[in-house]
Amino acid sequence: MAAMMASTAATTAALGCVASGQEVGRQVCTTQKMYNGLRVATAFPGQKKIEESAFASIKIRSKATVTMAVATDVSRFEGVSMAPADPILGVSEAFKRDNSDMKLNLGVGAYRTEELQPYVLEVVKKAEKKMLEAGENKEYLPIEGLAAFNKATAELLLGADNPVIKQQRVATVQGLSGTGSLRLGAAFIQRYFPGVKVLISSPTWGNHKNILNDAGVPWSEYRYFDPKTVGLDFEGMIADIKDAPNGSIILLHGCAHNPTGIDPTPEQWEKIADVCEEKDHMPFFDVAYQGFASGSLDDDASSVRRFVARGIELFVAQSYSKNLGLYAERIGAINVVVSSPEVATKVKSQLKRLARPMYSNPPVHGARIVANVVGDPTMFDEWRAEMQAMAGRIKTVRQRLYDELSTKDKSSKDWSFVLKQIGMFSFTGLNKAQSDNMTDKWHVYMTKDGRISLAGLNLAKCAFLADAIIDSFYNVQ
Amino acid sequence: MAALARRSRRFMSSSSSSSAAAVASSGSWWKDVQPAARDPILGVTEAFLADTHPSKMNVGVGAYRTDEGKPLVLECVRQAERHIAGSNFMEYLPMGGSVVFNDHSMKLAYGEEASVLADKRVAGIQALSGTGACRLFADFQRRFKPESHIFIPVPTWANHHNIWRDAHVPQHTFRYYDPVTKGLDFAGLMEDVKRAPEASVFLLHACAHNPTGVDPSPEQWKEISALFKEKNHFALFDMAYQGFASGDTNRDAQAIRIFLDDGHQVACAQSFAKNMGLYGQRVGCLSVVCDDTQQAVAVKSQLQQIARPMYSNPPLHGALIVSTILGDPDLKALWHTEVKGMADRIITMRELLKKNLVEAGSHLNWQHITDQIGMFCFSGLNPEQVDRLTSQFHIYLTRNGRISMAGINSNNVEYLANAIHEVTREEEAEKAA
Repeated sequence: MAAMMASTAATTAALGCVASGQEVGRQVCTTQKMYNGLRVATAFPGQKKIEESAFASIKIRSKATVTMAVATDVSRFEGVSMAPADPILGVSEAFKRDNSDMKLNLGVGAYRTEELQPYVLEVVKKAEKKMLEAGENKEYLPIEGLAAFNKATAELLLGADNPVIKQQRVATVQGLSGTGSLRLGAAFIQRYFPGVKVLISSPTWGNHKNILNDAGVPWSEYRYFDPKTVGLDFEGMIADIKDAPNGSIILLHGCAHNPTGIDPTPEQWEKIADVCEEKDHMPFFDVAYQGFASGSLDDDASSVRRFVARGIELFVAQSYSKNLGLYAERIGAINVVVSSPEVATKVKSQLKRLARPMYSNPPVHGARIVANVVGDPTMFDEWRAEMQAMAGRIKTVRQRLYDELSTKDKSSKDWSFVLKQIGMFSFTGLNKAQSDNMTDKWHVYMTKDGRISLAGLNLAKCAFLADAIIDSFYNVQ
Repeated sequence: MAALARRSRRFMSSSSSSSAAAVASSGSWWKDVQPAARDPILGVTEAFLADTHPSKMNVGVGAYRTDEGKPLVLECVRQAERHIAGSNFMEYLPMGGSVVFNDHSMKLAYGEEASVLADKRVAGIQALSGTGACRLFADFQRRFKPESHIFIPVPTWANHHNIWRDAHVPQHTFRYYDPVTKGLDFAGLMEDVKRAPEASVFLLHACAHNPTGVDPSPEQWKEISALFKEKNHFALFDMAYQGFASGDTNRDAQAIRIFLDDGHQVACAQSFAKNMGLYGQRVGCLSVVCDDTQQAVAVKSQLQQIARPMYSNPPLHGALIVSTILGDPDLKALWHTEVKGMADRIITMRELLKKNLVEAGSHLNWQHITDQIGMFCFSGLNPEQVDRLTSQFHIYLTRNGRISMAGINSNNVEYLANAIHEVTREEEAEKAA
């Protein structure tokens, strides 16, 4: 679907420069300029050299304590050091600085069209137009968010006919996309299950650790990615989950694991559920790609529904950033499936108590968009179609990349993991040095853990990418 | 590793069918979860909504209402939304939010010509309205000045206590409101500021103090600033009502400007919930004045690190509206007119309420109603009187006696005055005796 290019002057003026992965001309704002020296000082590892900068001497520590300043004209914050550059944001910034024609940004975590343009879903534009015409007010939402949204999101996740919904055993609170919802869950865990550890996959989305750390929740890792097979280390995963103390919390990706793209099979999910029951573990599902992974909302929710059907109490964090393209509006939800409606009421009330001193009540705009889309059968069908198209484009690109790799690589290396992995991201199995080669030699930007974003790839570039991957894999150790 | 009490059986065994009914489990994960008390402020609206009485009044939550008792979306906001409609951009903002929005926001707070802005030494990040801005500061304070405490006025917006508590920053209070005069306890304030340890961190309401409506005069602000200098205290200004208090955005920010003129490096938590009517959009800004550009960049980077594991990056829509309005001379002028309109209606309601109380026959002193400024009036009613207002007259307000003037209009002001007069008859009798 061709994306519309029109962008009003007011929008351009209002937005100024935005450090995202997109390559759109924007006015350079002063803060970006200020940042130049610092960005270089904390350079993306792919950069060949670090330019001298006035700020090059800044020590990079993420935390620092500060001695009290006594003199009145010295700031309290003189000891505050520069935070390290975000490992993912830094990729896009480095990409922007690259002048090569062949450059390719596979660090981007947002969907791109075949023309490599950002994409606002048609159904979202429709919903916004409807909202603009309706001229609704902008009053505070309740702390738990928009009721219509909460109802819609729980039903999307679990199925409208799910017994747990009918029995009112789901506490749902609107959250600030996946991050905010995870943070509410983590804060709840810290307060009500003090000392309980959360197990996260190795690897996992980088921000999981930050969220747990800032919430004060201890965590450890379970094996997940097997570099030898470029697939799931299922035995390691099961062993580590079994090894954890009874009553731990297991963070699971509902579908389209980030960053590897590797999901358990249905049989493997059953086994994981067996172990959780055996060990009285509480699963915490991160569902950021429902509908976006396979194209089917129901299929992508099957892991969660499987656990719920077995009577397991669990947390689920949802995000509408990718599947509805609502990245910037920060819309998601934390759901807690529990044993009784009384418990659900109590849990919801305490989630609200955690949200209130964080932001009081969640933003309305994204919630209304979702409620409008889901609440209107025509729009809901249109959404499904657009989601299938997005998921379809990713699958097509995976297929082309696989074909190119298999054709060009004369050895017997099995590249089928490209097809088996699912969702926006793919773990190529390239190591850091090889990933650096991708950037330095081929101007392909990716994260140094070997992750590429298929969302930033189009058919036209698959052959080129295959060349780059093959070169990096075989010629760099 | 903390020893973990063995969780007893889950609520369903694995052998039961998928649609078996739930079995309540007393020994489950949730045994320590108690029902949370209703939020004292937002809970008022919940109760109000549940009431079916035809004369019910909501003077609880601080959201502006027109004289018809309806929520108001400003015309400048509607126009801004039409400008930005159909935008092809919905991708993540940076962690620090929209840079253009931050610039506009800081100019509004500190002044277009502020030297701290010209020197580029203010770290500003878009935040989730005033709450989010305060929380970012509280977490930042905890992380970078872990030995510091926060000094909060008595009384204050209830959520301030929640914010610094959840940020694990110890709290102290300083005297502010004098219940006898229903005005500022200036002597008490200055004494407490003086007695606080050197280099303490203070939360100050820049204008339209919530919940009392009592603000220091410019002269008093100057004295406070001088004492702060002497004691090397740090000031965080919570500014949720700029423009909404007097109708003039510069006048409402004068406390901050006084502090800046005296060379203080302040922080400011701004909200656009009330003055632009963007309540549900959650748009605000936290800014911190630093020594120089380098430090401002470092501080901003650390604030972003706090935002990232909370919500990653802030919502776009509200920031776009604000930027569009403040960036367009016509829209900005329209906004100034509209915000003055809101402030003027509030001031008119104050006058009407006082007048109606007198006409109802009350002989108590209601001068504070017109002395106080902003959205709220600290009526002086005690909790029992408040409870009677609610149970008998279906008037909803917070139990500290705070009345949201925005909920009053020419149709209900008489009803309210009569009700207040009713519940204070005993007090009046006591005074007369």
